[in-house]
Amino acid sequence: MISQILFIALTIAAIALFSINLKKIIRNIRLGRDADRSDQPQKRLMTMLRVAFGQSKMVKRPTAAILHAFVYVGFVIINIEVLEIMIDGVFGTHRIFGGLGGLYNGLIAGFEILALLVWLSCVIFLIRRNVLKLKRFRGIEMTTWPRSDANYILITEILLMSAFLLMNAADAKLQALGSGHYISAGAFPVSQWLQNLLPASESSLVAIERGCWWFHITGILAFLNYLPYSKHFHIIFAFPNTYYTNLDPKGKFSNMPSVTNEVKAMLDPSFIPTETAAGRFGAKDVNDLSWVNLMNAYTCTECGRCTDSCPANITGKLLSPRKIMMDTRDRVTEVGKNIDKGGEGFDDGKSLLDTYISREEIWACTSCNACTEACPVNIDPLSIIVELRRYITMEESQAGNSLNNMMGNIENNGAPWKYSPADRFNWANKG
Amino acid sequence: MTEQTNFTVPTMAEMIARGEEPEILFWVGCFGSYDERAQRTTRDICKILQHVGIKYAVLGTEESCTGDPAKRAGNEFLFQMQAMTNIEVMNGYNIKKIVTGCPHCFNTIKNEYPGLGGSYEVIHHSQLIQQLIDDGKLKAEGGESFKGKKITFHDPCYLGRANGIYEAPRAALEILDAQLVEMKRCKVNGLCCGAGGAQMFKEPEPGKKDINIERVEEALSLNPAIVATSCPFCMTMLSDGVKIKEQSENVDVLDIAEITARANGL
Repeated sequence: MISQILFIALTIAAIALFSINLKKIIRNIRLGRDADRSDQPQKRLMTMLRVAFGQSKMVKRPTAAILHAFVYVGFVIINIEVLEIMIDGVFGTHRIFGGLGGLYNGLIAGFEILALLVWLSCVIFLIRRNVLKLKRFRGIEMTTWPRSDANYILITEILLMSAFLLMNAADAKLQALGSGHYISAGAFPVSQWLQNLLPASESSLVAIERGCWWFHITGILAFLNYLPYSKHFHIIFAFPNTYYTNLDPKGKFSNMPSVTNEVKAMLDPSFIPTETAAGRFGAKDVNDLSWVNLMNAYTCTECGRCTDSCPANITGKLLSPRKIMMDTRDRVTEVGKNIDKGGEGFDDGKSLLDTYISREEIWACTSCNACTEACPVNIDPLSIIVELRRYITMEESQAGNSLNNMMGNIENNGAPWKYSPADRFNWANKG
Repeated sequence: MTEQTNFTVPTMAEMIARGEEPEILFWVGCFGSYDERAQRTTRDICKILQHVGIKYAVLGTEESCTGDPAKRAGNEFLFQMQAMTNIEVMNGYNIKKIVTGCPHCFNTIKNEYPGLGGSYEVIHHSQLIQQLIDDGKLKAEGGESFKGKKITFHDPCYLGRANGIYEAPRAALEILDAQLVEMKRCKVNGLCCGAGGAQMFKEPEPGKKDINIERVEEALSLNPAIVATSCPFCMTMLSDGVKIKEQSENVDVLDIAEITARANGL
């Protein structure tokens, strides 16, 4: 009875804490500007099913794709087991679904095989990150915390799967002993190999079984609450992020309505502007970005496919699209904390541009869309880069001499070079 | 190769004055108009249009920069000024269909002009060539033979990833009976030439290599006779790269329009 109360209290506390943190993050995302992504719901749903649920963009890198698929499928399927754990925990039952007989045995056997695959995949992932030191997991933005974060996630998953398998092994041994309420249920194709490692005494087995059971479920609840602080948040945000993805051609940049008004008024004095949201042109800080940009930042799991395919990064420039996303998340988290501390409008004298992202980084971008193409969950670092450029160019006029010359030429000559517009058609007379 | 001398390019103004309307407007672009290398491609596109008997016209001196580099550099004001001016000219001529000689112009007019009042059917010249081949109006005969020549195609970002056009430019190469080889980074995984996003008009940021060198090294590793592309920005970057690698003697960098014109003896 005490353990039931403890279990219920723990679960409620964990879910409550997670809800509070999730709400804060949603509040943070809403600090961004409006962007209408309510069109084409069916196409959006299909994109989400294909890209997030079906992981269609992972296949580009087959090794990572297979290992990730094991962990992903394992995570989703083994959560059915968590349902049973929840019911058992609340009602003090044991293997409540055991009555399903053959189906149950099949399920448990399946969970065990998946658990083993998850376990193996996570070990390989750890080796890739820490022993093989793949270039994709390095880079200037991969400082101590992001690297530890990745390792914590993998180690936790290995521990959870180990506990799950050890629990089953102890359970099966207890079943064989005919111990108490350990009903004969389940098939254990993987954990049977662990049985020999376990002691023979009933009380020790019960202690191990209960210990693993508690470790498994508290581990899951703790992991849930780790998500808001971690890159692992992608397991949730991948879904809304792909749903609200940009459905336009990648080459299409937004036309700023606030600018349209001014340009129309300039070209036609009788033009009466329509109402548009006030604010600065482009983005200096996270609240100048759209909520989609900010959701993108929380979705990023720092896999580095974007950076690995970025022509600027490949050739040694400072720009790393992954860093753009990580900086955006760090900054919006900081702004959120500022609001918690000092209320709305609290100014800490910092900004996304310059404090986090340098100008050298954003000017190195070729807008080639390799990063947006590479992202397995349709994150768009390019639109953040463009917004930062807009701020620098339009609010500060700091685009630099070369670009200013180019723009001056377009303005005066209708071409990016200092050629006379009268010569524009000369090509037809040559040859 | 000698260029034709009896070569006249009709302008919209002349055509309207004659009371005629073209089937298609050929949007030349700044590179195609001013850059000597790109001018060759421009003339070849005209020759192809003439060869297949499509009634076309250009804007001539009435054309102005689409605003693409300004927009990518963050200058939305200048972009929209350019866009609205161009849209006014084109709407004034009642333009319905446009073919561009540049993926950047193509992307801008196709995707970014409609929101500002300029809605047209826009195709890139690679799509025009593909269409003509599909309709049987364009072949590869009567000109230079590309038989067995090793050609690799560099995907321009603003045609490829930006607009999902990968097959059209390859269609122009597939009829040549040449040996087409793909770089490892091709199509959706194509590597940028380094000129997009207004990079063409500034020095690159400090790094360990220029992007066009990275790309040209990849292309040259295939030992091609021709590196083909379909973008004047890429053309400049790749030609420069090939020159720096001292391979200009052995490797031609050509636009698919030039290849098509040569194959047909235009």
